[in-house]
Amino acid sequence: MASLELAPGATIDGFVVGPVLHQGAMGKLFEVSGREAGFPMIMKVPLLGGASEAAETLLAFETEAMILPRLHGRHAPRFVAAGDVTAQPYLVIERIEGGSLDHLAFPLPSAEVQRIGAAVADALHEIHTQEVVHLDLKPDNVVMRPDGIAVLVDFALAHHRALPDLLAQEHRYAAGSAPYVSPEQVRGSRSDPRSDLFALGVMLYEMVTGQLPYGVPRTLSGMRDRLWRDPTPPIALVPGLAPELQEVILRCLEIDPDRRYQSAAQLAFDLRNPKQVKLTARSRKSLPIGALSQAVRWWRARDIIAALPDPGRADEPSAPVVMVAVDTLHPDDPRQPDLQLATRRILSLSREFRLVCVAVVPAVVGGPAPEKDAQVEHRIRLRHWLAPLAIEPERVSMHVLEAPDAGTAIVDFGRRNNVDLIVLGAPGPDERALAWWRSVASTVTANAACSVHVVRRFRRPSSPGSSTPPPSA
Amino acid sequence: MVLALLADIHANLEALQTCLAHARERGVERCAFLGDLVGYGADPGAVVDLVAAELARGAVAVKGNHDAAALGEKGYLNESAKAAAAWTGRMLTSAQRGFLDALPLIVRDDKVCYVHATANAPERWDYVDSPASAEKSVREAARPYTFSGHVHNQALFAQDPRGRMIAFDPQPGVAIPVRAHRQWLALAGSVGQPRDGNPSAAYAIVDLDQATITFHRVPYDNLAAAEKVRAAGLPEVLAYRLERGV
Repeated sequence: MASLELAPGATIDGFVVGPVLHQGAMGKLFEVSGREAGFPMIMKVPLLGGASEAAETLLAFETEAMILPRLHGRHAPRFVAAGDVTAQPYLVIERIEGGSLDHLAFPLPSAEVQRIGAAVADALHEIHTQEVVHLDLKPDNVVMRPDGIAVLVDFALAHHRALPDLLAQEHRYAAGSAPYVSPEQVRGSRSDPRSDLFALGVMLYEMVTGQLPYGVPRTLSGMRDRLWRDPTPPIALVPGLAPELQEVILRCLEIDPDRRYQSAAQLAFDLRNPKQVKLTARSRKSLPIGALSQAVRWWRARDIIAALPDPGRADEPSAPVVMVAVDTLHPDDPRQPDLQLATRRILSLSREFRLVCVAVVPAVVGGPAPEKDAQVEHRIRLRHWLAPLAIEPERVSMHVLEAPDAGTAIVDFGRRNNVDLIVLGAPGPDERALAWWRSVASTVTANAACSVHVVRRFRRPSSPGSSTPPPSA
Repeated sequence: MVLALLADIHANLEALQTCLAHARERGVERCAFLGDLVGYGADPGAVVDLVAAELARGAVAVKGNHDAAALGEKGYLNESAKAAAAWTGRMLTSAQRGFLDALPLIVRDDKVCYVHATANAPERWDYVDSPASAEKSVREAARPYTFSGHVHNQALFAQDPRGRMIAFDPQPGVAIPVRAHRQWLALAGSVGQPRDGNPSAAYAIVDLDQATITFHRVPYDNLAAAEKVRAAGLPEVLAYRLERGV
């Protein structure tokens, strides 16, 4: 299995090897041409000869070669070709233009951290929905495309739910990068998407404060520190930091994956909508934790870690973002109870949902700005609509959109916020007076990026001779 | 070479015919029957004839413990299996019995070892139910691929660089890369008596040139197969198992 010494100028399987772009302990990166892919390409060649970690390097190479061809979308490099492992292993993939995040000078302004963080969370959401957990997220492995999309690179330690995990027993090697690795990865877990959210939490902390929350541990016991040590609250390092941002960061850094965000989409949502973040005790921490409470936390952490599911046995977190479009212009519409009932039923199906309530207020392009009171009024109506559902406030957010076209506004908002399901009302076939609603429902159904649940009024059987009351519009 | 792995058919003709049709639609060129052609189900004779016809066309087949039991070999079987084995023995013609009797316990070709139970002790009918038992089997198989049955669930074991096996629970319909530079052991699942709560027939397709394995679950007329079991006077529990996949 000794690999040939690939050098610039060599050709292999129709590829012409160009200059070396990077040389690391694990392998080399070359520029490559020769086959027409429609985008610039690089060739990754693992170094297998003689190194003490050659076996692990080969497993990592095979892992990336299995997973990359299965990923689609703009959040991972596109796959072109892979060389035979037994002859000359190589991987040809898209070369992403743009710099990786480790080239930025931390700390960054909060707004920048939120923008980058949300883009990375979008990318994580994209790969998680494709059954992949990255498991080695760090600034070096995120490249920003010129249009602001984050691309995750280096899937050598990743896990695919539908493929055998060749790294399952390589605990030390496959545990990811020491400063960013999650507590459960330190214990050998390799299948929980929430591990990537912990790593993103470390990155957010680093981008905001310029420091790493757990330093750069050099030993396994140093890495285990994060199983019980609370990091210094970011506010203690960056006076004036918004409590919402601290809340988001410390929630990502929870030891217990159940106490973190349950999906990358929910994290992206909070980074984009900081005003909607429900503040808890996390946001109020301002001093490094004292010795006594540290000891208490240590005892608690022992229980949490002992109770964590066995590696590879983690239940798939089901944490949908559900968006309900409420017609606050017609609060007394008879289909409102039906919409509430449908929403309640949908939410009862998942433990860790996030509900996004949206009202759309018509706005005329170029016309006068709507009265400020309209925002407040419709927000009150949304809150009133929500009240009977009795949902914990941290699971809900409310948004009043001002737009000329409600259907387009709902579709765009859903797409930007990685919504999994849109719920909205529609008129029945004989309710012509509500044609406006019909057009909203049909626009959303036709154009939404996600599933759409259309709610019609429940028709109670009418007694003989009685006529159906006309719908109030 | 595209190969269908068909294990634990257990005299279920409906399930076997459905899997064979499903496999042909997917370009399968050769069948490998991984033992337990008979026992439990109502169509032992028809299943043996079908397998014999495939063998004449180049298929490979090995003997399973229920095939041996139908020929009178003593071994541990539960009560319903014992009753089914005795019934099966009476239903088979002498030619069919001769066919079963002539089946080898283990077959090795260039890249593949076929065995109903384990390659290290095929006659003991041990189960491959852990990475450790898979490791023993592939060591003795001494081929990149070992394909087995006996355990009615589908599973794939991959060898790591230290020779240890990693267990994997495959999803149906996903082509899994299985490069021949490491050893693999696949349990094809049961065509004729799945027991994981899903009554659909289980088998797998291996593409030896592309080095992929795809596990499949195929719905078939399990209620008809269960009715035949009842009509034959076999123990009721055997019909129930087909209806529920338990």
